[in-house]
Amino acid sequence: MKLLHKDIEKDNAGQVTLMPEEAEDMWHTYNLLQVGDSLRASTIRKVQTESATGSVGSSRVRTTLTLSVETIDFDSQACQLRVKGTNLEENQYVKMGAYHTIELELNRKFTLAKKSWDSVVLDRIEQACDATQKADVAAVVMQEGLANLVLVTPAMTLVRAKVEVTIPRKRRGSCTQHEKALERFYEAVMQAILRHINFDVVKCILIASPGFVKDQFISYLFREAVRQDNKILLENRPKFMPVHSSSGHKYSLKEILTDPSVTSRLSDTKAAGEVKALEDFYKMLQHEPDRAFYGVAHVEKAVDALAIDTLLISDKLFRHQDVPTRSRYVRLVDSVRDNGGTVRMFSSLHVSGEQLTQLSGVAAILRFPIADLSEPEDDSSSDED
Amino acid sequence: MSRHRNVRGYNYDEDFDDDDIYGQSVDDDYCCISPATGGRNGSDYKLDSEVVPKVARMTVSGKKQTMGFDVPSTGENGVAGASVRRGGSPESSAATLPSESTPKRPETPSKGLKGDEPSTVPTPGRSTGKARHTIDIKAELQKRLGGKPLLNLVVIGHVDAGKSTLMGHLLYLLGHVNKRTMHKYEQESKKAGKASFAYAWVLDETGEERDRGVTMDVGMTKFETNSKVVTLMDAPGHKDFIPNMITGAAQADVAVLVVDASRGEFEAGFEAGGQTREHALLVRSLGVTQLAVAVNKMDQVNWQQERFQDITSKLGHFLKQAGFKDCDVFYIPTSGLSGENLVTRSSVTQLTSWYSGLSLLEQIDAFKAPRRSVDKPFRLCVSDVFKDQGSGFCVTGKIEAGYIQTGERTLAMPPNETCTVKGITLHDEALDWAAAGDHVSLTVTGMDIIKINVGCVFCDPKEPIRVCTRFRAQILLFNIEVPITQGFPVLLHYHTVSEPATIRKLVSVLHKSSGEVLKKKPKCLSKGMNAIVEIQTQRPVALELYKDYKELGRFMLRYVGSTIAAGVVTEVK
Repeated sequence: MKLLHKDIEKDNAGQVTLMPEEAEDMWHTYNLLQVGDSLRASTIRKVQTESATGSVGSSRVRTTLTLSVETIDFDSQACQLRVKGTNLEENQYVKMGAYHTIELELNRKFTLAKKSWDSVVLDRIEQACDATQKADVAAVVMQEGLANLVLVTPAMTLVRAKVEVTIPRKRRGSCTQHEKALERFYEAVMQAILRHINFDVVKCILIASPGFVKDQFISYLFREAVRQDNKILLENRPKFMPVHSSSGHKYSLKEILTDPSVTSRLSDTKAAGEVKALEDFYKMLQHEPDRAFYGVAHVEKAVDALAIDTLLISDKLFRHQDVPTRSRYVRLVDSVRDNGGTVRMFSSLHVSGEQLTQLSGVAAILRFPIADLSEPEDDSSSDED
Repeated sequence: MSRHRNVRGYNYDEDFDDDDIYGQSVDDDYCCISPATGGRNGSDYKLDSEVVPKVARMTVSGKKQTMGFDVPSTGENGVAGASVRRGGSPESSAATLPSESTPKRPETPSKGLKGDEPSTVPTPGRSTGKARHTIDIKAELQKRLGGKPLLNLVVIGHVDAGKSTLMGHLLYLLGHVNKRTMHKYEQESKKAGKASFAYAWVLDETGEERDRGVTMDVGMTKFETNSKVVTLMDAPGHKDFIPNMITGAAQADVAVLVVDASRGEFEAGFEAGGQTREHALLVRSLGVTQLAVAVNKMDQVNWQQERFQDITSKLGHFLKQAGFKDCDVFYIPTSGLSGENLVTRSSVTQLTSWYSGLSLLEQIDAFKAPRRSVDKPFRLCVSDVFKDQGSGFCVTGKIEAGYIQTGERTLAMPPNETCTVKGITLHDEALDWAAAGDHVSLTVTGMDIIKINVGCVFCDPKEPIRVCTRFRAQILLFNIEVPITQGFPVLLHYHTVSEPATIRKLVSVLHKSSGEVLKKKPKCLSKGMNAIVEIQTQRPVALELYKDYKELGRFMLRYVGSTIAAGVVTEVK
């Protein structure tokens, strides 16, 4: 994402002009937008023209509109962001107050104006514009009969394809069905790889599985590549890396990202960093449970005691909440930063972020133990599911 | 005149009760038995024999085959009619006959049949109904139990302990593998550079298993001992293949744990990362109570007694902690490669000087077959789906409860679709019925193969199994490093199913032995705890409560390649 213009005043109101360059920037924008903000971007509007003779024709016109944001929709598979709102500024084609949906496009700038810019949002802009850390990793986690093809970017984990096939087991006397079904399965996974992975952008392709499936698959892949003379695969051969995982399900992604052979090969991706932070939290929970808290109420208590060393928070909490809730979380983040603690923002699209969200979305590692808090708090926080 | 003649329900047997030989040759009645069978059953001719050809039996007991399908004969008339109609394997129909021919034999001469007739005359109308089949199965099972009960055995142990070799050699010695095939395996394994794996090739059949010298999936076969028919499941020992091993162990009644006696190997398998512990815990959690420990590769340690006793005491201590009763665990020194102490008592002097217990086969024979719940509604857990020749497709699995016959309709859950069972195969033999405890292959029609995958449960349409995504369960945590919190992602292994799931709520922690609630809504669970939790799966799973079906109520939870908890289902939401 490119930051073109920033204009924020003392009372935190102001506007920012950004230009998204890749799909991930859409995700960042999704996290920036809030209901009530004003968004100015170029869009296409269908206009009804009435000619002198009275015949009505419609044409599509490209114009720049300023909307007051009302609804935001993000499609994670296609990485499309659509924003619906009412028109704020005078425009020759659109009346004031008329509804319009802008679909934000890549490489077209937009201007976002907010009434209050808090630290979390500003952080995100900085992160989005950061040119480093753009490693893209593709991973195939598989087991016999199940494969998940996943694209891991710094902020998102997208499941690009899922292949699920029933493979008959070996039986006394006949294994042909088993082996034939396996071949068909590998074929399907290979097709998925060819279709969904953009070999120019991806730095590394991890093939992970328990047992020997990965080795079998890689040998199948290159045998077919040679047979079909598939140049793309043959050129990108060094990018394929077999890794061990415990299953073919999506959450096994965590294991492969922390695998030492992977981290040595790739520079530390953000996803791996998040996984490690969550692991640290769990370790603390096991060894010294009084130093690891989760749940908003508990963490707030810890914040009041100025006890937080590391705060793990999921970005889902900041998205489109009503103002009081959002400011509550922002206050948490700010106070931790003020006290010299570190804040790790977890992207809710990553596997570790999903796990954190299940854990109520906010967790903290404390500097010193605080005795376990009273029961009534417990009931209220664990009742919501 | 013919108005009062009961033509349809006319019991023609009356006509033949007098041993009337007009229209029947004497030969048919008494001599239509081959010399071999006749010689065997000469004196017992009047009583049953399963070997006597069906035809002779039928005419002897006074029913003419030409009468058609629904000829009622006596109280168990339907049985005979059924066997005629279905034309199943001689084994099963011959088996049905003795059950009704025994009462009939003495009655025929005394014409006692007449007494039964009035009550049986109305049955022809019902003879096609289920009532007849019910009697059929129960009687069948009695007959079969009178013979050899079926036992499901799983072989477990650390990787390279020698499980496949041990069992392969056992099968060879029992004659299930002929010499030529064995010779072929030896040659090929030598060529592949894996000469010591020759016996393991009996069970490891896929190319990859042979190449790498590891068992990857449960290998299934059957053999017979003196008093049992055993379904053998050879489980993989590698950590990565534990999900496959769980599928096999879930279907087993008894287990053989194979440990390697060689220096260092036993220790490697027995320590925290090895599979000896994990497998033993898993089978115990899945309900296996009887265990035979085969201390293998004893020839490598020269059959030393102290080594054997050392291993025995260490294992004994651990197994007791795991929950096995001392009286249900047996230790046997063996050598898979040389074949000592497998089928017959060993003759190696080094061993016989201090060991005088049973050989492995005798020990397997001595296991007590468990009680099968044949009375409960039908349940079969699918462990394999494939397309065989002909229409429809085949599903393999163990019948956990109830019984099934060809022609019956069953319901598959969670797809919630009915289908018809076209054929049943047990150990490569076609059958007409099968009961709880059998590991069968059903050919079904009327459903799309896509809808069925491993983990579905076939059940009685009248009493279907429950399907849910969320359920409450009581779990016992093993030695885990990472504490379990809310939202913890785990892998749920329930019988043949393996689904990713999350622990939604930690309801309470219970006291280990008394079961009283120690703490409500705990923050997290650590090792050794006994707790009640709510689990939510990604896709719907068919489950039963533990209190309804002991075999079907258990499950395991795994995370990152190790088992973290075992549990039972207490409530379905």
